[in-house]
Amino acid sequence: MSGEVLKFLTCGSVDDGKSTLIGHLLYLTGNIPIDQIQTLEAESARIGSVGSGRDYSLLLDGLLAEREQGITIDVAYRYFTAAGRKFIVADTPGHLQYTRNMATGASQCTAALILVDVQQGILPQTRRHALICALMGISRILFVVNKMDRVDWDQAAYLRVEKEINLLVEDLQLFSRRVAIAASIPVSALKGDNLVEHSANTPWYGGPTLLQWLATVQPESWRETAPLRFPVQYVIKGQRGGDSWQSDVPEGLKNGPGGTFRAYAGMVVSGSVACGDELVALPSGVRLQVATLLAGGTEVDCAVPGGAVAMTLTGEHDIVRGDLLAPAMARPEVADQFKVRLIWMEDAPLFAGRQYEFHGVAGVAKADIVRLRNRIEPESFRRLAADTLHKNDIAEAELHLSRPIPFDAFEFNQETGAFILVDRLTNATACCGMILHSLRRAENVHWQAETVDRQARAGIKGHTPRVIWFTGLSGSGKSTIANALESRLNSMGRHTMLLDGDNIRHGLNRDLGFTEADRIENIRRIGEVAKLMTDAGLIVITAFISPFRAERDLVRAMFPEIEFIEVFVDTPLAACEQRDPKGLYKKARAGEIPNFTGINSPYEAPLKPEIVVDTITVPLEESVEQIMRFLAEG
Amino acid sequence: MDVLDRLENESIRIIREAVAQAERPAMLYSIGKDSSVMLHLALKAFYPMKPPLPLVHVDTTWKFREMIAFRDETVAQLGLELVTYTNMEGVAQGVSPFTHGSKVYTDIMKTGALRMALDMFRFDMVFGGARRDEEKSRAKERVFSFRDVGHRWEPRGQRPEIWAIPNLRKGRDESFRVFPLSNWTELDVWRYIERESIPVVPLYFAAPRPVVLRDGQLLLLDDERLKLMPGEQAETRMIRFRTLGCYPLTAGVESRAATVAEVIAELEAADTSERCGRLIDFDQAGSMEMKKREGYF
Ligand SMILES: Nc1nc2c(ncn2[C@@H]2O[C@H](COP(=O)(O)OP(=O)(O)O)[C@@H](O)[C@H]2O)c(=O)[nH]1
Repeated sequence: MSGEVLKFLTCGSVDDGKSTLIGHLLYLTGNIPIDQIQTLEAESARIGSVGSGRDYSLLLDGLLAEREQGITIDVAYRYFTAAGRKFIVADTPGHLQYTRNMATGASQCTAALILVDVQQGILPQTRRHALICALMGISRILFVVNKMDRVDWDQAAYLRVEKEINLLVEDLQLFSRRVAIAASIPVSALKGDNLVEHSANTPWYGGPTLLQWLATVQPESWRETAPLRFPVQYVIKGQRGGDSWQSDVPEGLKNGPGGTFRAYAGMVVSGSVACGDELVALPSGVRLQVATLLAGGTEVDCAVPGGAVAMTLTGEHDIVRGDLLAPAMARPEVADQFKVRLIWMEDAPLFAGRQYEFHGVAGVAKADIVRLRNRIEPESFRRLAADTLHKNDIAEAELHLSRPIPFDAFEFNQETGAFILVDRLTNATACCGMILHSLRRAENVHWQAETVDRQARAGIKGHTPRVIWFTGLSGSGKSTIANALESRLNSMGRHTMLLDGDNIRHGLNRDLGFTEADRIENIRRIGEVAKLMTDAGLIVITAFISPFRAERDLVRAMFPEIEFIEVFVDTPLAACEQRDPKGLYKKARAGEIPNFTGINSPYEAPLKPEIVVDTITVPLEESVEQIMRFLAEG
Repeated sequence: MDVLDRLENESIRIIREAVAQAERPAMLYSIGKDSSVMLHLALKAFYPMKPPLPLVHVDTTWKFREMIAFRDETVAQLGLELVTYTNMEGVAQGVSPFTHGSKVYTDIMKTGALRMALDMFRFDMVFGGARRDEEKSRAKERVFSFRDVGHRWEPRGQRPEIWAIPNLRKGRDESFRVFPLSNWTELDVWRYIERESIPVVPLYFAAPRPVVLRDGQLLLLDDERLKLMPGEQAETRMIRFRTLGCYPLTAGVESRAATVAEVIAELEAADTSERCGRLIDFDQAGSMEMKKREGYF
């Protein structure tokens, strides 16, 4: 058998009948061996969910937990031949929590069957799956309207669902120009109608059966039409005298320049390449010429898309794994800043400022998600503002890399436009992503028609704006810790501002004294200034005694919950008085300072501070660490 | 490009990717047809150099004799490095499929031995010839399958595997199993063996062989350790094997297919699945999954 294998997935909401559909299709096309049919019948009677008949879904759910719970957790691959074509089907889970496994399946496929229960219509999960398929470049979609037996093959019911499907397809086309072929079909996965043969129950349906659609759909041929892209995967090296040569290698091959053999191995992910072709290596831009092409042990004149070959070059070059070879006239862009789409997969949310590792076919780099542009809400496909991402969220963001890499927009090349981000702390795959376009510096400054709000401002900072409000007696250590904290944050590239007596009392608040009323007004103004600064995206650190609970709570109320962090520097009065760095306690005791906190004016300790710092037994660095930890978790 | 070309290219890409990112790669060489194909692909992937990895064979001491002979011949001919490992403690305790039952025997002599071998050599990227069409839990496994420090597979929390960009980052003593043949079917394997003239153990081809019928399965009388039970009789039948493992646990099937072409014709007409001759898969429900979770390949 020759020709293209069709890799397709089944997806849709839980219980829409994916596993039943594939199991039944395999059965009807003679792809289930007799011993497995016997096992199936025994198991259907024991744990099946369809009463007396065969529960075809049991043919697919392979994990113990899946069979016990009757759900699909991870993608299962099945291989079959029907109507003269070879198929690989990825049966993917419908539950929201396993979306990343669905995406895993989708990334390997070129066509999708999206199931819709005719009685339920399009569900949020159907939309999410359809969107993921479209974003991942699947352009051939068949909506399978299932469980038609439950509505007595009512055409009106089918048409109602079809209308919803048409609206969904229009929405999808906003995200991917490639969603070209989208059709729908009424079936019963359980009874087998319209799977392989046209059903007498749906005389009103004139389209192809499911199998006919699968047998004739043509996957997109972007690999053939895109220009040559050859990412170097591995450098094959040999010394003339060494014994690491395979036994049947002709002497001629061993005599490379300088007595060494070097071949650059990889897959022609798109386009084609022939001996003698002149190419450039990116990102360096070095020009080179193909000498020979090896497919296994055979020398070939040219390599076509999908060919895993090795090439030797004329002359000596410093080419390494991750370099991308391409024609000089149709070379990929090279950039380090991108607008991308992300599908978040890690259990942990996106941490602003956490470093991820970018992996693509053209190499690895450190990556920062510097700005979340929006989150795409699957129920409406609307773009909403977002300041973090949780598992299964779909978003658009700006990505900065530690070095420039060659790439194409995902729309034009699904290999060189795709990447994953790996969480460097947990090694988990944080998300997968698709490059929309690069961001040149100018573009970075000119954002298109989006209103600049506090989220947008915070976005370019790459961190959550916060107020870290220190409170405690005079001499308790507020300023010392606040300064240390600020230099720590500053060294990490965080944009901070420290407000203390020095820069407030002498300017903005120079009209205020130390009466109780003035002290309240002092704190109110500091609160307002801090608010403006967090709106500007900064991390604000304040170091004032701020003795009154009510005023601190007033300030707290000005901020979103997670943005106000009260740090109580809990140094006992006696210790402060003993330290007395500025001699103020002495003066106060001598009656020279009226309203001095702790002596002749009260200090109200916080009831529920976010952080309590102990300066007596804990060294300064550790207190700073304690606050840093809180910031990272919050 | 036909179906076999596509499979071949995809597998070569997987093999190169894993080796490029490995510190100590190794190939689990079980001497079966899938291993033979995998080895052939590795030779192509790194041509003209030898694949930069050793072959590892976990020898339970109960393999068919012809398998061992074939292994030694192959390794010598290709000039490859072979690491064999046997759980000597298990041997000393006399653990065998007859005395301990297939489950305990497999735990100790296969799963346990494999874990020990991998720990001893600290291999971090280990190729296996498993295919997804063999068994349901394998159908669920990733091509690049993460294993924790105890070599365990966690089926409920597999890493996403997106496009052809695997995430192979790992901590100390964690490792990966890599299955380049994931997307091959049994027929693909045989058609490829035919096309490429890949040598395989002769046990795959029908010949008159001494067997005993036990519990409805035909077991080869490979050496004197298989003792006939009362009422049993040695007989000669035309049989071949669809998979090869430990001879007391691997049943033959009656067949006339004596060449690769005949094997293919037989499979095209077949209506039972490949692993139904594997006795260890049936000792409990979901047994393959359980074994993999304990570190079996
Ligand atoms: N009446 C009817 N029930 C179906 C049909 N397809 C699936 N089901 C039932 O719907 C339930 C979920 O099916 P399953 O295949 O496990 O759904 P999945 O979660 O999408 O894989 C099972 O109880 C099936 O028997 C159908 O066409 N008609």
